[in-house]
Amino acid sequence: MSHAPSAIRFDEVTLGYGRRPAVHHLDGEIPAGSLMAVVGPNGAGKSTLLKGIVGTLKPLEGHIRLKHPASGIAYLPQAAEIDRSFPLSVYDLVAMGLWSRSGLFGSIGRQDRTRIEQALAAVGLIGFERRPISTLSGGQMQRALFARLLLQDAPVILLDEPFTAIDAKTTADLLAVVRRWHTESRTVVAVLHDLDMVQRIFPQTLLIAREPVAWGLTHEVLSPENLLRARRMVEAHDPHADVCHRSVA
Amino acid sequence: MLDLVYTPFAEYEFMQRALVGIIAIALGGGPIGVFLMLRRMSLTGDAMAHAILPGAAVGYLMAGLSLPAMTVGGLVAGVVVAVAAGLVSRFTALKEDASLAAFYLLSLALGVTLVSLRGSNVDLLHVLFGTVLALDDNTLLLLASISTLTVLALAVLYRPLVLECVDPIFLRSVSRAGTPTHLIFLGLVVMNLVGGFHALGTLLAVGMMMLPAAASRFWTGDITKMMLASVLIGMVSGVSGLLLSFHVELPAGPAIILSAGAVYGFSLLLGREGGLLWLAWPGKHLEA
Repeated sequence: MSHAPSAIRFDEVTLGYGRRPAVHHLDGEIPAGSLMAVVGPNGAGKSTLLKGIVGTLKPLEGHIRLKHPASGIAYLPQAAEIDRSFPLSVYDLVAMGLWSRSGLFGSIGRQDRTRIEQALAAVGLIGFERRPISTLSGGQMQRALFARLLLQDAPVILLDEPFTAIDAKTTADLLAVVRRWHTESRTVVAVLHDLDMVQRIFPQTLLIAREPVAWGLTHEVLSPENLLRARRMVEAHDPHADVCHRSVA
Repeated sequence: MLDLVYTPFAEYEFMQRALVGIIAIALGGGPIGVFLMLRRMSLTGDAMAHAILPGAAVGYLMAGLSLPAMTVGGLVAGVVVAVAAGLVSRFTALKEDASLAAFYLLSLALGVTLVSLRGSNVDLLHVLFGTVLALDDNTLLLLASISTLTVLALAVLYRPLVLECVDPIFLRSVSRAGTPTHLIFLGLVVMNLVGGFHALGTLLAVGMMMLPAAASRFWTGDITKMMLASVLIGMVSGVSGLLLSFHVELPAGPAIILSAGAVYGFSLLLGREGGLLWLAWPGKHLEA
């Protein structure tokens, strides 16, 4: 891989639930400024990997090293667990992205308001400011969440299936935001299922099926042989799995 | 008419004290109730109100009807049950509602048993339904302190509290304030319940939180206004309940809660935000 300093390093990382690994012995690094896709079948451990990076899931073994503190990560979970019935306006939802600067009490000044407006404009939500979040469609909600990510201004951005159940127009608009992040040298890691999109837009790919299958340049990773291997590797849940004795370097 | 409203408070000291007490309770309980409702913890509040009983009862067994003993006992019991229920739901397969139900049923049974061990039925009634018409200086001071502390704490915790309701994963990703916020909030709930307990008893204390909050939801979709409305509804219910009890000789605590219930019923029917009347006759649909 490139010689840029790594934004995220995995040292023989195993992540899982209980004692069962969902990501098994991942070793490698994500260089700063990469635009990387994480692909693999359902149950391959893609979301788990992101949770590990954010720190909501501690590795069962190994270490995940971050160049930036965990607060420098902006994370969009899969089907965000947002209480849509909560009485909150789109503006307030988006403004939450300023948390790292405003914190508990910090006021939102004129500059911040400008930035909120710019973020709303970038995702095409001008005019939606006062709308309660309960009235948004799925695509509009995703736009609002991207605006919040924009405001977080984080060096590392993790997206978990950001375009699932989102129409083409919205996807195109939000992909433009992703490209912009890439030109700003931010590290973007996105879990995706649309391999065409990955090939068009993401230079780097990690193909994972619990075990890492291939990792590197997208066109090399997404070879038919690798995809076939990935499909074979996720086996059924084994109730009699043995203890893993692979040594950690 | 004015006479009916004004004279009881002007001429009777116990009515003045009750008024001050109930205003303090409305001030703290209103916003707490709104957050309980928005966090879908309405029944948690109810369960914790019951959980306070054995603690207050132990205080009562040790020191009789003493304010500090029953307050401390209630606070300790409330916090213990809240934390225990939280731990059980976090580390076992049981969800929070089931684990709270288990704890509060035990607490209620234990509390009633403890009070009966020594006290008379009058004492039991006192503990279960409170004595809003017999608040002494120290109790008033306690109620005022609790509501002051509550309002201040909510002002400090407002952002993380809202965020924890709307998008807990996001809060966790940007800040570690989530867990402490939740714990402090639970502490505030227990404090307000213990305060309400002295005036309205364990069974009705939660009524001054949830009924005004639930009613306020029918009038506005804005959290700030909801909290203001909730406080206002609490105060109006308190005053009308006290007057009702004075003129018609109803027990004061239930009269207050019934008044709050009446406001709730009214809001449920006519409230501008999803009241039944507006649901039944919404008018013809719009252009866009």
